[in-house]
Amino acid sequence: MANLSSEFLGIKSPNPFWLASAPPTDKAYNVNRAFEAGWGGAVWKTLGEDPPIVNVNGPRYAASYSNDRRVIGFNNIELITDRPLDVNLKEMRFIKRDWPDRALVASVMFPMQEEAWAKYVPMVEDTGADAFELNFGCPHGMSERGMGAAVGQVPEYIQATTELCKKYARIPVIVKLTPNVTNILPPARAAKAGGADAVSLINTVNSIMRVDYETLSMYPTTDGMGSHGGYCGQGVKPIVLHMIAEIARTQDTADIPISGIGGITDWRDAVDHLALGAQNVQVCTAVMVYGFKIIDDLTTGLSNFLDEKAMTSVRELVGRAVPSVTDWQYLNLNYIEKAHIDQDTCISCGRCHIVCEDVSHQAITSTVDGERRFEVIEEECVGCNLCVSVCPIEGCISMQQLTSGVDPRTGRPVTSEKADWTTHANNPMRSK
Amino acid sequence: MTETMQADIRSGRLSEAEIEVNFGDMHPLFRRAEALVEADRCFFCYDAPCTNACPTGIDIPGFIQQLRSQNIKGSAHTILSENIMGGMCARVCPTEVLCEQDCVRNTLEDQPVRIGRLQRYATEAVVEGSLQLFQRGEDSGKHVAVVGGGPAALSCAHRLATLGHRVRVLNAAEKLGGLNEYGIAAYKTVNDFAQKEADYILGIGGIEVRNSTAMGTDFSLADLRNDYDAVFLGFGMGGVNELGLDNDQLDGVVDAVDYIASLRQAENKSELPVGRKVLVIGGGMTAIDIAVQSKRLGAEEVTVVYRRGQQQMGASNLEQEYAQTSGVGIRYWLAPRELLQSDGCLSGIEFEYTQLEDNGKLVPGGKSCVLEADVVFKAIGQKVLWDSLGDTAEILELDHGRVSVNECRKTSLPDVWAGGDCVYGGEDLTVSAVQDGKLAAMDIDRCLRQ
Ligand SMILES: Cc1cc2nc3c(=O)[nH]c(=O)nc-3n(C[C@H](O)[C@H](O)[C@H](O)COP(=O)(O)OP(=O)(O)OC[C@H]3O[C@@H](n4cnc5c(N)ncnc54)[C@H](O)[C@@H]3O)c2cc1C
Ligand SMILES: Cc1cc2nc3c(=O)[nH]c(=O)nc-3n(C[C@H](O)[C@H](O)[C@H](O)COP(=O)(O)O)c2cc1C
Ligand code: SF4
Repeated sequence: MANLSSEFLGIKSPNPFWLASAPPTDKAYNVNRAFEAGWGGAVWKTLGEDPPIVNVNGPRYAASYSNDRRVIGFNNIELITDRPLDVNLKEMRFIKRDWPDRALVASVMFPMQEEAWAKYVPMVEDTGADAFELNFGCPHGMSERGMGAAVGQVPEYIQATTELCKKYARIPVIVKLTPNVTNILPPARAAKAGGADAVSLINTVNSIMRVDYETLSMYPTTDGMGSHGGYCGQGVKPIVLHMIAEIARTQDTADIPISGIGGITDWRDAVDHLALGAQNVQVCTAVMVYGFKIIDDLTTGLSNFLDEKAMTSVRELVGRAVPSVTDWQYLNLNYIEKAHIDQDTCISCGRCHIVCEDVSHQAITSTVDGERRFEVIEEECVGCNLCVSVCPIEGCISMQQLTSGVDPRTGRPVTSEKADWTTHANNPMRSK
Repeated sequence: MTETMQADIRSGRLSEAEIEVNFGDMHPLFRRAEALVEADRCFFCYDAPCTNACPTGIDIPGFIQQLRSQNIKGSAHTILSENIMGGMCARVCPTEVLCEQDCVRNTLEDQPVRIGRLQRYATEAVVEGSLQLFQRGEDSGKHVAVVGGGPAALSCAHRLATLGHRVRVLNAAEKLGGLNEYGIAAYKTVNDFAQKEADYILGIGGIEVRNSTAMGTDFSLADLRNDYDAVFLGFGMGGVNELGLDNDQLDGVVDAVDYIASLRQAENKSELPVGRKVLVIGGGMTAIDIAVQSKRLGAEEVTVVYRRGQQQMGASNLEQEYAQTSGVGIRYWLAPRELLQSDGCLSGIEFEYTQLEDNGKLVPGGKSCVLEADVVFKAIGQKVLWDSLGDTAEILELDHGRVSVNECRKTSLPDVWAGGDCVYGGEDLTVSAVQDGKLAAMDIDRCLRQ
């Protein structure tokens, strides 16, 4: 059995799965249950100055669904903790005392004034928390008051606030980034410049879920009015993965430890985060949808996966896929794949045919010798992978590399020599 | 208790409450969640095999996609525009040998998308709620006579109305619906659905109905040809084939279709006479239906006896299974030889074992056996009762005792079309009758506009 124990910034936890700062970590009762269930750590629901904020008394959450009402995306307009600071600090202290082997991180959001940090940092550290996480991501409500994403969207503010925290903190400081930016690198660089020990990403994405088809107002509303919320859950994972990979593969940010957050629902999602550069992961929505018990699948699934890959620790997986991420211009334009349909597993639904016919390159037959049969016409196939993407039978259509001979589509010989856009004849800016 | 010599036939074998349970909806309406999950199983195939297998060619992936997005009106329209009896067909089609048989999911997991039940879900609100989705076409000035009130006739009438022709329906029975009203097993179409559907069809307007008006008695085909621009014949098959045995008229030997008609029309099913031991002779849908319904009325022992094997049986494997799980026995390779009686009452049938010769001919196998019976149902196929139809048979070309039509459902006469059970070459299903009526209407329209 692979060892799942994890160390992030020197903070040990029995596994790399932490609960993200959110309702599941709102109070001792929940965190206790989470640790009993086996979670490796918890980032406490973001603390703020007293008096505590207030939440709306109507709907805070809404979901988007698949047809069998599986939640595929989730949205909220909840603010940071609505409980007094001392109550949270007292409970955090008890939790750390009762669960010394688990990671306990204090998520905080304080104004950009030195007095605040000078006052609160020691109070929080006194709970025994292992690290700070600076919430620069909350995209609604808090940002209207100049905090959360209002800080996270301005690299100078990130740096300044991180510096304030670092000035007073003895424990590590993680900066939680907002995805509501066009490029994740400037915020990551700002965090590093401010002295952050790590970044975590993402917080939620600005979103409106839908309209109410009866009233034609946005949905959900509070007394007829709504405001945008933060989107998270399965739907956001691809966006997160890109951001993590960008930080992990860019020279001047590659050395920043990353805690991956966003869309993790089962162990495979965690593998994605880890392989693309996260050292550990945090989960919120999946727990809000299914409860703490999903930790069993996350840990056993990851452990079995590592065993199959002959890896003995999570560390070996971290960043494994990063070298495979590059810019489009460096992709080998001499490399050719063609779709291949396995007739033994084909159920003849014909979806590959209709998409290739309507959208791609008219490269799949619908009949052969008068019989219903779907075959790839190599003379037309550009290898786009659309048919593979829509085929309902996993593995039925595969992309197979052309390694020799002539590409029947272009009539050009297949070569093992690499050539990319930077040197392509059609590129006016090519390097000669 | 000693065996009485009298045949044991009586009513009230079961209480009204038991009967109500026994005749409940065979495939209840999907709940919303069930429908959405099932709809999600559709792959939306290209040139969908299910659509090709549907005699009316409903765009099945299309209606399922609309159902998925809860576009129920759109979904119902997709169905009803090809098959105005989509609601009834959803209940009575043997989908296991039609659309669902060709669902590609069968190759994956032995469980096709349950198209029939989705179709019912999609049409229920529209038909039951009389939400009219169709409009009468602009008046063509033409007047068409439609003979019959069953699926073929009503489908033809509706399509003619959408195309702008005035229609008069001339129907022998008291109610519309044909076998939908008088023949289909009661548990397949509960809550008077046949009448609701007929009302829905008439809701388009432009269709005038005269019930209790029969060709051969109240008018002749020649009259219609004089009085109308075109004629459609959809009078079904009025009679059941005889067993061809001596004493066929013996009490206790009953026409299955007649009995089902009285069952369907009964105010109180527990008042119907039911035999203790029931034999059903035949191998089609009618045989299965009368057997299962007899059992559900309280018959103690019901056996379907068929002269060929399981594979040759007209009823699908699923229907046979349904009968068996309903407590009906099925005996194969037995042909009736003699009706037995004691004290002038039916007491049973002597059967002869049969076998198939290499050339496919069914021959006696030599041995025989006796099965006891209080009631014997004849369900060995139906026939057109030409004698009751006046001179129709003389002026129309026939084929195998039924009306001969071309692929547009036109008869040998230039102004007469026909469809449904009364024509030769069909499948004798509700859905194929609907298709016949539709095709005929389209051809009538083409001819009338030339
Ligand atoms: C017992 C039984 C069970 C069946 N179960 C199923 C099933 O589950 N699924 C399925 O798909 N099919 C089933 N069928 C077959 C299906 O019912 C028929 O194929 C279908 O009803 C044929 O439609 P039709 O319009 O041609 O004839 P019918 O439905 O028979 O309608 C004929 C109409 O013509 C009228 N008529 C008759 N004579 C005259 C006349 N002289 N003048 C004017 N009008 C006249 C009648 O009143 C009737 O309205 C079953 C059949 C039977 C007998
Ligand atoms: C209801 C709700 C409340 C949240 N509150 C906070 C918060 O107080 N502080 C914070 O840093 N992030 C908060 N988040 C963001 C989550 O910690 C996490 O970054 C985000 O949901 C993405 O992860 P997921 O896809 O696993 O949910 C909240 C998310 C949700 C759904
Ligand atoms: S890979 Fe693209 S072009 Fe080739 S057959 Fe599939 S869909 Fe068509």
